Amino acid sequence: MSTTEGPTLIPDDAAAQAMADREAKGKPRKGWFPGLGEKWNALPRQTQWLFLIIVVVIAYLLPILNPPFITTEPGNNWQIALAQMSVYALVAVGLNVVVGYAGLLDLGYVAFFAVGSYTAAMFTSPDSPYLHIPYLWTLPLAMAITMFFGVLLGVPTLRLRGDYLAIVTLGFGEIVRILATIIPAMKGQVGFQNVGHPPGTDAEGQPIFLNSNGTPWYWLTLTIIIVVLLAAGNLERSRVGRAWIAIREDEDAAEIMGVPTFKYKVWAFAIGASVGGLSGALFAGQVGFVNNQKFDIATSILFLAAVVMGGTGNKVGAVLGGSLVAYIPLRFTAIAEFKYLIFGAALVLIMIFRPGGILPARQSLLAYGRTAYNKLREATGKKPAPGQLAPNTGKGAGDE
Amino acid sequence: MSEAIEPEIDIDALKEQGVDLDVAEKVAPEREISVEVGDALVQVQNLTIKFGGLTALDNVSFDINRGEILGLIGPNGAGKTTCFNAMTGVYKPTSGKVLLEGKPLNGLAQHKITRRGLARTFQNIRLFGEMTALENVVVGLDARHKTSVGGALFRLPTHTREEKTAVERGMALLEFVGIADHAHFLSRHLPYGYQRRLEIARALATDPKVLCLDEPAAGFNPAEKEELMALIRTIRNDGYTVLLIEHDMKLVMGVTDRIVVLEFGKKIADAVPKVIRDDPKVISAYLGEPEDDVA
Ligand SMILES: Nc1ncnc2c1ncn2[C@@H]1O[C@H](COP(=O)(O)OP(=O)(O)OP(=O)(O)O)[C@@H](O)[C@H]1O
Ligand SMILES: [Mg+2]
Repeated sequence: MSTTEGPTLIPDDAAAQAMADREAKGKPRKGWFPGLGEKWNALPRQTQWLFLIIVVVIAYLLPILNPPFITTEPGNNWQIALAQMSVYALVAVGLNVVVGYAGLLDLGYVAFFAVGSYTAAMFTSPDSPYLHIPYLWTLPLAMAITMFFGVLLGVPTLRLRGDYLAIVTLGFGEIVRILATIIPAMKGQVGFQNVGHPPGTDAEGQPIFLNSNGTPWYWLTLTIIIVVLLAAGNLERSRVGRAWIAIREDEDAAEIMGVPTFKYKVWAFAIGASVGGLSGALFAGQVGFVNNQKFDIATSILFLAAVVMGGTGNKVGAVLGGSLVAYIPLRFTAIAEFKYLIFGAALVLIMIFRPGGILPARQSLLAYGRTAYNKLREATGKKPAPGQLAPNTGKGAGDE
Repeated sequence: MSEAIEPEIDIDALKEQGVDLDVAEKVAPEREISVEVGDALVQVQNLTIKFGGLTALDNVSFDINRGEILGLIGPNGAGKTTCFNAMTGVYKPTSGKVLLEGKPLNGLAQHKITRRGLARTFQNIRLFGEMTALENVVVGLDARHKTSVGGALFRLPTHTREEKTAVERGMALLEFVGIADHAHFLSRHLPYGYQRRLEIARALATDPKVLCLDEPAAGFNPAEKEELMALIRTIRNDGYTVLLIEHDMKLVMGVTDRIVVLEFGKKIADAVPKVIRDDPKVISAYLGEPEDDVA
């Protein structure tokens, strides 16, 4: 549908030249929603906020609405499904910092998720002989601990490039899982029961955050996702985000242009790890049980698939990708056994037909770029060709 | 050249070239340079680089004086790019050293060398393809920014100030090199000539004391080459010092103040263009090189 983008749309010389250049390089870039980002950008600020608020409100209402066709019932409880989807979405947002922004292939991301889960379990479960703290305190603690592990893993390995980094992170993922098996304190397959949950009871004196009730967990995680998205947006449109994208695009050139590449790669690792840890702690709380069975390589790959499907480098895409990866096996229980086959096939198809993922439109990297670009657009009075312009897709809350 | 301290920005020359003075003002270097105009700003001393058995650079020494356009020429494989790479920290010299403002650069990380004031472009264009032209330039400007994760996360005042000035200075830089109308295009979608200019703008953005250009006019037709040389002159008149690698002898003769000639990694001449033109060693070096224009 987008093959209609042609030189005729943009009748000035420079654009025609640009077009010729693109044609020389190959097919023009395709998109399913040509000009979507551009249209979004052209909307007034208030309209954008209104739209975002509606999306957020709908997201909060999902467990109550339980929309037919979309719902995972009767096979799986819809509210719990939502809670799991939101955890996966958060994981994908974190991994997206590492893989999508900085372009560092991390195949062992599940390790951070595991560390976060174990932190929550070991500090709250009655099965654990250690110090017990309120569950909510384990969230920042899990972030701090996983961030520490992220730096620990990053400092020696981030001097490696590409394939080597992938192999080392793959190894790290396995190490954590195996340690959980062999260290007696981590209780291997027996694991930890009755992991803590946030405080609060309802009218009947029942705790609000029950393992069997997904809604409060979903709302909690959704709120955290929104905060994390806002934070990620702030980082994106700053020196930090530009450093990451520059590293992803051409690490040597970035270094020569004055980007302290090593420092920002370690930051990407640390931030990604801490979000992974946070989602792990939420997961542990919601499920209420942690053992060594859930943190295998396949899960790492699933996380990665979520980021790639959603659109590498796009935080909103990551939310979508993460939710989808969790949603599909829950919705289509009949085919859940074949989920790896299905995701594998889906990834291949996406790579062929839509290499950018579901939401490939890139985000703006300038906090105040919008004004400059708009001024320019007015001055030149021309409409830039769709796909050439790099607008912020903006769905990520809090542009500018 | 070295007799008097000239004004850093040559306003008359800029006017003559028809440059927007406001833009030129915004683009002009912002930092103090401890070396006077005409004195050696960069000193390359006995630089040798060996790749296994191949000596790519053999005991090469030359100075770059503040305020000049120095040409670095030589046939293919003479070691020009290697010389750039050694100066900017990409390769570790086998021996010898490079001084900027009298202080050695050896052993510094590449990004630190850039911050000290040595910026470069690449012979084969290396832009950040998924960034817009403006964002590419702002990455260069970031070399002089202080914000890190904390400042960006909480949108501290330094961050806000830097972001605002970055957009303004970034646009001025794009206008200076003549591609401001394409600021919002992804750099990989820019026409070839614009990409080359964007590389220059990005390097200028780091506020360099010396701007090193590696064949910035490669792949240009003669008219485009002339325009680019005019731009390089404008850059110098705006207060920058330029080191220029270029194949086209005629152009180099026209734009540079002084020329260093390399052949097989050795320096064979170092003089003003007039002298280089008639140097028998230079002529024979270039005659042995059939693809090149001989001036
Ligand atoms: N990384 C490297 N490893 C091995 N040899 C190299 C390396 N870089 C350059 N060389 C060799 O060093 C010599 C000088 O190369 P250099 O790229 O500096 O030449 P140049 O003067 O820039 O040539 P050109 O005009 O083609 O750009 C060449 O023989 C080249 O093959
Ligand atoms: Mg070269």
